[in-house]
Amino acid sequence: MGQITFVEHDDTKHVVEFEAGSSLMQVAVDNAIPGIDGDCGGECACGTCHVILSHEWFSKLGAPADNEEQMLSMTPERASSSRLGCQVIVTDEMDGVTVHLPEFQM
Amino acid sequence: MPKIPKTFDDIQSQLINTTSKMVPMHRQIQGLKLLVGAKQKAFGPRRPVPEFVESAIPDVNKLALEDIDVSNPFLYRQGQWQDYFKRLREEAPVHYQKKSPFGPFWSVTRFEDIMFVDKSHDLFSAEPQIILGDPPEGLAVEMFIAMDPPKHDVQRSSVQGVVAPKNLKEMEGLIRSRTAEVLDSLPLNKPFDWVSAVSKELTGRMLATLLDFPYEERHKLVEWSDRMAGSASATGGEFSDENIMFDDAADMARSFSKLWRDKAVRRAAGEEPGFDLISLLQSNPDTKDLINRPMEFIGNLTLLIVGGNDTTRNSMSGGLVAFNEFPKEFTKLKGNPELIPNMVSEIIRWQTPLAYMRRVAKQDVVLRGQTIRKGDRVVMWYASGNRDERKFENPDHFVIDRKDARNHMSFGYGVHRCMGNRLAELQLRILWEELLKRFDKIEVVGEPERVQSNFVRGYTKLMVKLAKKSAD
Repeated sequence: MGQITFVEHDDTKHVVEFEAGSSLMQVAVDNAIPGIDGDCGGECACGTCHVILSHEWFSKLGAPADNEEQMLSMTPERASSSRLGCQVIVTDEMDGVTVHLPEFQM
Repeated sequence: MPKIPKTFDDIQSQLINTTSKMVPMHRQIQGLKLLVGAKQKAFGPRRPVPEFVESAIPDVNKLALEDIDVSNPFLYRQGQWQDYFKRLREEAPVHYQKKSPFGPFWSVTRFEDIMFVDKSHDLFSAEPQIILGDPPEGLAVEMFIAMDPPKHDVQRSSVQGVVAPKNLKEMEGLIRSRTAEVLDSLPLNKPFDWVSAVSKELTGRMLATLLDFPYEERHKLVEWSDRMAGSASATGGEFSDENIMFDDAADMARSFSKLWRDKAVRRAAGEEPGFDLISLLQSNPDTKDLINRPMEFIGNLTLLIVGGNDTTRNSMSGGLVAFNEFPKEFTKLKGNPELIPNMVSEIIRWQTPLAYMRRVAKQDVVLRGQTIRKGDRVVMWYASGNRDERKFENPDHFVIDRKDARNHMSFGYGVHRCMGNRLAELQLRILWEELLKRFDKIEVVGEPERVQSNFVRGYTKLMVKLAKKSAD
């Protein structure tokens, strides 16, 4: 158990609880966070769960895999610490983390 | 390093690119038409151009599995496609048809398997074509939907800005005023053809805007697109005269070269670049010389025209057909207009305006116990995946508040996922918002007429009668 803060593009904040082991996308969808679609259901195949992490957490998690990199590269709002939420599995260590959302999902 | 030409088409492409600086593009294409004509006279055509004559399609349960041929371009029109695909999903989810008019091909029909094929760019190639059959001989245009990474990624990223959400935000007001204008011109309490009056008209206007194409000539975009996607050899469509396609390609080349050069001149004179496609291509270092690569130039413009034409048009018509088959949903919508965004996804799932995308296996792949050989054609039937009972509850029902409507496959998945998906959703959302403001009843009168194709699932005629919403 822990808490994650999702910050929408207009700065609206949503603080939600999570269980370790699910993906960031799933946590967002389960809590009906606006601005995350997850159309493919977590297959790393649509790019609609784009999130922007802090640089600290981005480095901690290690580089995205090739297939994720491929989908991210098609996102116009991509930032240097962008990830697909479905490819980030949350751990207890991530308690208190803040995740920013782009203005649009592709 | 120059690419080593592999086929006659490749040699032609190289020849065309090399001569493009000296010869106008439309002349080159006319030259190609002569060349191919001469070659066919001397050696015969590469393959016979199929002509499809409609006859009654048998009940799928009377056929042996190996005789099931879902490439039949009349399957959708005759209302048989659901039964055919249901049997394949159940008994042969990875199915081989060895003697179709388009040659042998595999069909993948379950949601989960289609997702696997679509995602696996390393195993399945989108080259050289994403339609089942072949394009007209000698007219192998190059488009990024039929390119593998990394070339695909470079080309796609240079044009996707035109339909990126940021650009769309700017366009929303314009789309709404045009939609309102078209809807306000419709007759009340009198049958009219929705396809020509609304679906074609709205998509034609949108395409003209995206391309900054002369507005009064926008019908040309629709006609080119219809013939390109409706070639008999490619999709079993009604257009079997390949000469006409060369003429179209030459016509397109002439129009778009002019558009390109005019814009380049205006820009050189200091005009700010617009948000249209040609301006974006000219701003990008990877595509600023696209005009010198005619087959790619024509290919990518064709792709955007076809991609933005049949799809949205037939979803605009399909929504009406769906509501008329499931009238309670319309009552639900009127009471809950906030369902419109989810309804849009459900319309796109239910209609699936493009039935499939094709791949070619890059190596032997075993899928559901079947061995797909390197080089085999593999068709991912999105239309079937969207009706897969393993994924969607009551998949044949149109349910506007369906929880997982957004998971539909109509946009494809993976790197080739539809680039215009947000534009399509925006156009449909606005259409339905404006419809609900005006009309209380939207009634389909008479059986819709459906397109002859194994690829495009759409309507050629849809007679509709509107009743005005009473002032409240």
